[in-house]
Amino acid sequence: MRANFVASEVSSGVRRNLTMTMAVIITVAVSLGLFGASMLVRAQVSTMKDFWYDKVEVSIFLCGKGSDTPSCAGGPVTGAQRDQIKADLESLKPLVDKVYYESQAEAFARFQEQFKNSPIVDNVKPTALPESFRVKLSDPTKYDVVASAFAGRPGIEQVNDQRKILDKFFQLLGGLQLIALLIALSMLVVTVLLIVNTMRVAAFSRRRETSIMRLVGASNFYIQLPFLLEAAVAAGIGAILAVVGLVFVKIIVIDQVLAPSFQFTTFVGWDAVLAIAPLMILVGVGLAAIAAFFTLRKYLRV
Amino acid sequence: MILFDRVTKLYANQERPALDEVSLEIEKGEFIFLVGPSGSGKSTFLRLVLREERPTKGQVWVAGKELNRLSNWKIPGLRRQIGTVFQDFRLLPNKSVAENVAFALEVIGKPASHIRKVVPEVLEVVGLEGKEERRPDELSGGEQQRVAIARAFVNRPILLLADEPTGNLDPGTSVGIMKLLDRINQLGTTVVMSTHDQAIVDQMRRRVIELEGGHVVRDQSRGVYGYAR
Repeated sequence: MRANFVASEVSSGVRRNLTMTMAVIITVAVSLGLFGASMLVRAQVSTMKDFWYDKVEVSIFLCGKGSDTPSCAGGPVTGAQRDQIKADLESLKPLVDKVYYESQAEAFARFQEQFKNSPIVDNVKPTALPESFRVKLSDPTKYDVVASAFAGRPGIEQVNDQRKILDKFFQLLGGLQLIALLIALSMLVVTVLLIVNTMRVAAFSRRRETSIMRLVGASNFYIQLPFLLEAAVAAGIGAILAVVGLVFVKIIVIDQVLAPSFQFTTFVGWDAVLAIAPLMILVGVGLAAIAAFFTLRKYLRV
Repeated sequence: MILFDRVTKLYANQERPALDEVSLEIEKGEFIFLVGPSGSGKSTFLRLVLREERPTKGQVWVAGKELNRLSNWKIPGLRRQIGTVFQDFRLLPNKSVAENVAFALEVIGKPASHIRKVVPEVLEVVGLEGKEERRPDELSGGEQQRVAIARAFVNRPILLLADEPTGNLDPGTSVGIMKLLDRINQLGTTVVMSTHDQAIVDQMRRRVIELEGGHVVRDQSRGVYGYAR
């Protein structure tokens, strides 16, 4: 193998085809960047799920004075009912991880704290807020077990799963991630087509060379290698640019803009970036390989 | 060296075969003129020898190998034993004379030291010493064809195929090219040359194979271009 010779062929090929090569680099960078971004959103969703599911609890609101659901027909919850509910919750261990009771006074205190800047606080009396059991589950997905056991029982007004509210939010994020992924996939298809076209133009502009190479008995490998390397170099530069972009997003957008403004949640760490970057490069190399396979088979046969 | 055994070549979408049941044998060291009108099958003959085409029927043997049974990855090995020259020279315009010849060696992976040694030698054989750094467009037609012959011969092939090598040259220049091909033949390389050049064939008095409509209509040792009319 004459490395010098192959290198000079590749560099002259890239120079001759400069505009097309630039187009390939940019398209690869953009499509892989989108792909990486959608992967990052996915990692973000799972990070947030871990973070929030860990904190969500099932709230069992007990009947108060003004409750009007059928299960509260017997008036406010009695002491016996309350004790029974607590005992039943305790019996659901280990699914039920922790149970604590929040009285009307505690609920009012928390309400005041949450809405301390709002005039609504002045209009709410402690008795308007229900007392409740806050239940932390060892497996938040098994909410139904708790719900079916307690919903509708006398003395219980309502069983609430905070996870349901979060799920809507995560569904929205998941939808966004899917859209980004679809756009990225269509961009990746465009990229493959562009690489195919670029290699076709390169094969055409070098047809004199390749026809002579065939005649003097150069191997397929030798004939195709400069084209493969051209595609690989362009795709590689594009992939590196995309990874640089991803790192940039992590440093600037996530760490410096989002994280300080939204302190109630966690954001993806460098481990996610480290996991996504090789995937992007792999996809980039794969793209070039697929494109090259189709092009070379068609236009550079011996 | 070359053996055609009832070879028929029918191209797709054509009714009449380009070669029809052609059988012939070319010995090692021979100098062959392949003559006949355009479309008589000369180019198809050369393409079959190079394994650029496969015969529709029959067998083609080159250098002891039956080309139908030659697997794809062995085709480059076959072509390294065959030099090829064309009417239109097929040089690379952006490379110098020496680079054009060296290209043929580079692309088959020969080491640089070998290339540095053999390129000047072959340029001397074809009479181009001192013009190594010229570009093809700075050379005359005859000189360009000498570069092409140098490129075809630099790997010391056992067989040289020349497809109308003097077709673009004036008679005086053609004589020089023929002397060169004759010299290469003397060095042991079998030469098969297709041509329309009557004067050259008559002058050289070598074996002439005449094709017409895909058939061998004449195979004559020490022949002339056509029958006396």
